[in-house]
Amino acid sequence: MAEYPQNLKYTKEHEWTRKEGTVVVVGITFHAQEELGDVVYVELPKLGSSITAGSPFGVIESTKAVSDLFAPVSGKVAKVNEALTAAPQTVNEDPYGAGWLIEVEPTDPGQVDKLLDAAAYQKLIQDKK
Amino acid sequence: MPRRTPLYDAHRRLGARMVDFAGWEMPVQYKSVVSEHEAVRSAAGLFDVSHMGEVELTGPGALEAANRLLSNDLARSADGQAVYSGLLNERGGFVDDVVAYRFSPERILMCVNASNREKDFRWMTERTSGVKPINRSDDYAQLALQGPKAAAILQRKTAAALSSLRSYRFTEADVAGVPCILSRTGYTGEDGFELYCAPGKAEALWFALLDEGREEGLVPAGLGARDSLRTEMKFALYGNDIDEEHTPLEAGLGWIVKLDKGDFIGRAALERQKAEGVRRKLVGFELLESGVPRHGYSIVKDGTAAGVVTSGTFGPSVKKPIGIGYVPSELASEGSTFAVEIRGRPVAAKVVKTPFWKR
Repeated sequence: MAEYPQNLKYTKEHEWTRKEGTVVVVGITFHAQEELGDVVYVELPKLGSSITAGSPFGVIESTKAVSDLFAPVSGKVAKVNEALTAAPQTVNEDPYGAGWLIEVEPTDPGQVDKLLDAAAYQKLIQDKK
Repeated sequence: MPRRTPLYDAHRRLGARMVDFAGWEMPVQYKSVVSEHEAVRSAAGLFDVSHMGEVELTGPGALEAANRLLSNDLARSADGQAVYSGLLNERGGFVDDVVAYRFSPERILMCVNASNREKDFRWMTERTSGVKPINRSDDYAQLALQGPKAAAILQRKTAAALSSLRSYRFTEADVAGVPCILSRTGYTGEDGFELYCAPGKAEALWFALLDEGREEGLVPAGLGARDSLRTEMKFALYGNDIDEEHTPLEAGLGWIVKLDKGDFIGRAALERQKAEGVRRKLVGFELLESGVPRHGYSIVKDGTAAGVVTSGTFGPSVKKPIGIGYVPSELASEGSTFAVEIRGRPVAAKVVKTPFWKR
């Protein structure tokens, strides 16, 4: 699995985003799930609720830790990944695919473009290591 | 500067993620907590627990001195027996929980928690006369080999007859050529062994065991799995579930208190507590809705604070969110319900029979 897919945009808080038509799909990065360890619980916002870029929109818990999920963009929650309720470990198994978290209708579609590209995110991780 | 066990380099070579635990740089996981947990339940896992401390009482009067310090009764046990016990303060609260190894009435070795090494040694020194406690913590590394395959793997590395070594018995024997105290004890709920050896020999022993068990599924296991395994058994973790403010009677550990054995520190307080009735109890519960209970979360009943969660996790074997916590005695019976407050939201929970996990 590619750890830093080129077609995604990233945040410093280790979320990824992907534009799909008018919505933005959001998940956590390969690096984030690796740092968390086994994901055992994901708490996601309600359909239709508003989220604000940079603010927590949910919580992800591994066997050992509880972490906030930060919204990469502002907007309305258009879809949540219900499958994670029964199978939260999907976030570990397929962070860029079946382990996606929510879809957002962005208030400002241009906001995504201002996020980090794959190279910048990869550099962020490598500098940390 | 955190302390390191003699196996630090081995952990790094095995790709462990290291964390600080009670001032020690310890492996929390190698591959993943869940896979290591499952290996221990289905095959075997090898843990480095060299951060644990050891205090020895040696000479005439050693057993009597230990029995004055401990809540359990070493006089009632045999040589070669390991005894789980409370080391209590005058209020009956836990200074620590320990395993005391009775080599003979004149030699008792106590294994103490890493977080309490210095405190326990001081405590014992100040309260023991005639016999002088010796801090042996730096003389021993400790490995825990745990799981249903542990005995078969270990037997190929030692001449000791493991089939006649029962649970909570120990012997001294060479394992892979390394002299060890070999104890059939553990903290996982599985059959297994704890091996105490010289720090300089720990790495040789570690890799000899890992190599021997690899084909049967033996893996190195970290503190993450150790915690989820013990939580599924409702084994207390010092500093989380038990501490100086909680007594064995409250913690559901009445069986390690022998009030009829003669005097020991904390006895008067426990007799009083027993006579007056225990007001709060440590129970095991599961959540009836989704969420994960964690240490420090509040327990509420009918909107009022009623207790506190002391340990919690998503149990990898029981496949449920489970927790341990103190509640008023009237809420402690099986089937009682209350709520755990998770991020401001009350989540329904129910007291269940423990251990959570049964094979």
